[in-house]
Amino acid sequence: MPELGKYAATVLSAYGASILLIVVLVGASIYRANKIKKRLQGIEEKAKRHG
Amino acid sequence: MSLNSLWEYANPRKFIETTDKVLPWVSVLAVLALVGGLVWGFFFTPADYRQGATVKIIYIHVPSALMAINIWLMMLVTSLVWIIRRHHVSALAARAAAPVGMVMTLIALITGAIWGQPMWGTWWAWDPRLTSFLILFLFYIGYIALWSAIEDDDTAADLTSILCLVGSVFALLSRYAVNFWSQGLHQGASLSMDKEEHVADVFYYPLLLSIAGFVLLFISLVLLRTRTEIRARRMRVLLARTRMG
Repeated sequence: MPELGKYAATVLSAYGASILLIVVLVGASIYRANKIKKRLQGIEEKAKRHG
Repeated sequence: MSLNSLWEYANPRKFIETTDKVLPWVSVLAVLALVGGLVWGFFFTPADYRQGATVKIIYIHVPSALMAINIWLMMLVTSLVWIIRRHHVSALAARAAAPVGMVMTLIALITGAIWGQPMWGTWWAWDPRLTSFLILFLFYIGYIALWSAIEDDDTAADLTSILCLVGSVFALLSRYAVNFWSQGLHQGASLSMDKEEHVADVFYYPLLLSIAGFVLLFISLVLLRTRTEIRARRMRVLLARTRMG
């Protein structure tokens, strides 16, 4: 751990908040991508069955 | 690559096929550059003689602020392509980029406020750059809300493209506010073509790597999200056909 001195809380909170936001953004993007892909596959299969 | 071959990627199927191959590589590079830049900046750079350890915040603040502005400008280009050429992929790419830009703007605002408290003695000031960034953040929210509020995809793309043109004024103001109005608290650019102006080399190289990481993260997210928007649009079309038939 680097020596952050009296600014430890400042630096760590900036990194913590930013990393959290990036993780949420990436996670939400992957989750939605998988969800939409599965739903579309289901709808396309259904559409094929019904001609 | 000729301009004609570039338009091939406006075909949704071709776009998905190409990004199938590109996306894993860009994602790996994004993780490597982002982790490398942040670890280098956080663990292996010294404290600044004036700012102390708070200087380490630039490895997040500067790239996110750069991305906040440039993502809007990318949305401007893709919106113009939609208005002029009516390629759905370009409109959907703008839609896909907006939440990424909004998060980048939020990160820039939060890290700026956290840094400003000990350095300026305040979390917030109605400084030209801070204020124009706040307005840019509100534009991102408005843009995302407008897409969600309109059911017809083409109408939504038309209206959001116009909003994007208007918002570009604030994206440019955010970039040049420090130069236009010199009375604000915010300092000048950390990166400049003028060697005298930008940060010392010891901070500069990890900062460059971190910026590369943010750019690659954006590219991989916008590719992933555009693929999702293409599929979601196809899903809406198929569901509409089923309802009608």
